Amino acid sequence: MMNLADSAPATNNMLGSEADSQRTLYPYVTGTSVIGIKYKDGLLFAADMGGSYGSTLRYKSVERLKSVGKHSVIGASGEISDFQEIMRYLDELILFDNMWDDGNSLGPKEVHNYLTRVMYNRRNKFNPLWNSLVLGGIKNGKKYLGTVSMIGVHYEDDHVATGFGNHLARPILRDEWHENLTYEEGVKLLEKCMRVLLYRDRSAVNKLQIAKITEEGFTVSEPYSLKTSWDFNAFKNPTLDAEGSW
Amino acid sequence: MDSIYNDLNAPHSMGTTIIGVTYDGGVVLGADSRTSTGMYVANRASDKITQLTDNVYICRSGSAADSQVLSDYVRYYLHQHTIQLGQPATVKVAANLVRMVSYNNKNMLQTGLIVGGWDKYEGGKIYGIPLGGTLLEQPFTIGGSGSSYLYGFFDQVWKEGMTQDEAEKLVVKAVSLAIARDGASGGVVRTVTINKDGVSRKFFPGNTLPLWHEELEAKDSLLDGFSAASPEPMVS
Repeated sequence: MMNLADSAPATNNMLGSEADSQRTLYPYVTGTSVIGIKYKDGLLFAADMGGSYGSTLRYKSVERLKSVGKHSVIGASGEISDFQEIMRYLDELILFDNMWDDGNSLGPKEVHNYLTRVMYNRRNKFNPLWNSLVLGGIKNGKKYLGTVSMIGVHYEDDHVATGFGNHLARPILRDEWHENLTYEEGVKLLEKCMRVLLYRDRSAVNKLQIAKITEEGFTVSEPYSLKTSWDFNAFKNPTLDAEGSW
Repeated sequence: MDSIYNDLNAPHSMGTTIIGVTYDGGVVLGADSRTSTGMYVANRASDKITQLTDNVYICRSGSAADSQVLSDYVRYYLHQHTIQLGQPATVKVAANLVRMVSYNNKNMLQTGLIVGGWDKYEGGKIYGIPLGGTLLEQPFTIGGSGSSYLYGFFDQVWKEGMTQDEAEKLVVKAVSLAIARDGASGGVVRTVTINKDGVSRKFFPGNTLPLWHEELEAKDSLLDGFSAASPEPMVS
């Protein structure tokens, strides 16, 4: 159970002395699910713009989908400050890649591998970056989609999700995803998943972005909100056939 | 029964209500003035809005020591940066330095901060840096224990592009509402307004603040009688 800011303990070392440089032991400002899918022309990602602070839905305009170089997109759930630090690492990685000026640029597979190493090495030092990441992109016609967790577990697939998305979105995707989704079909599928998450994930907020990456490049939509349905007889009168229940 | 004495040795915490809002032309930073050690109010007139540069200020909440030392480090870095740059530091740079110290020492620090200021490139800007060291630029932000009571208030009354007067009034009203309900916030309301013309500090003593639900007008004494309008004579 997360305490409110001012009553949380300042130090909480699991191992080692007070002089240990840094160990993230619990997250403060967190993002919830990210979903990624491959489609006909590239990849699509969805994430809401929430930054929760324990049970409080504190920030509602946090961008959790970012481009990495020319070919990749990253989506993060978990501690936002650690995601911001990861973006600093990635921006530096891409900067150096450009500086070599050798005609080669890092693709999604390489970026995914880099992130895996970073996350796993931090885990080994008992100082994880408290994130679950979705990393995908397309380079020279080859689509790539992968995920890395805070303990370094990583894999690729045609559709991935983090957090609650694993439990609520992936079953939908297993059922309805197929190789040649059009852009419109892909967006509708992602929205279907995001709507379920909105109904069933307490930390979801109704403001999301969809990001797309194709050979042409990266775009991320303006923030928008999904309609929800509440107009059911069973909802209006839930105890009709069960008088006395709740 | 003697448990109150334990508190005297508790670390100084600022509980606090802090606010930063942007308006058309600058920013207004606001804070209460209570510093507590456990249940005792160690300082009832603290100044939680601290200067980093001529044009950038920071609102401090949480541990008094941590926020003071962090501010001192960042002021030092900014001083050097200003010399090297040859012109005033931007609000963004100041905020990023605060983030850097906050993030890299996240296991030891317990302080939530709001950085606000004005520079010639971006105008008035507010940055929130909560526990953990996340950096978020926002049109307005609230922090500290008292802020819990203000989320609904701001959801309802916030609007973009206020005038300086509207923004200052909003901040004072908000801090005053938080003080009414948060035991860890109290004292006076301080505001700092920053725009292209410079910095202006204002001070609102407790007795000038509006009264809220179940609060009563202050009197010198019971014996002074009630307000000017005399009560209706009792008629049977």
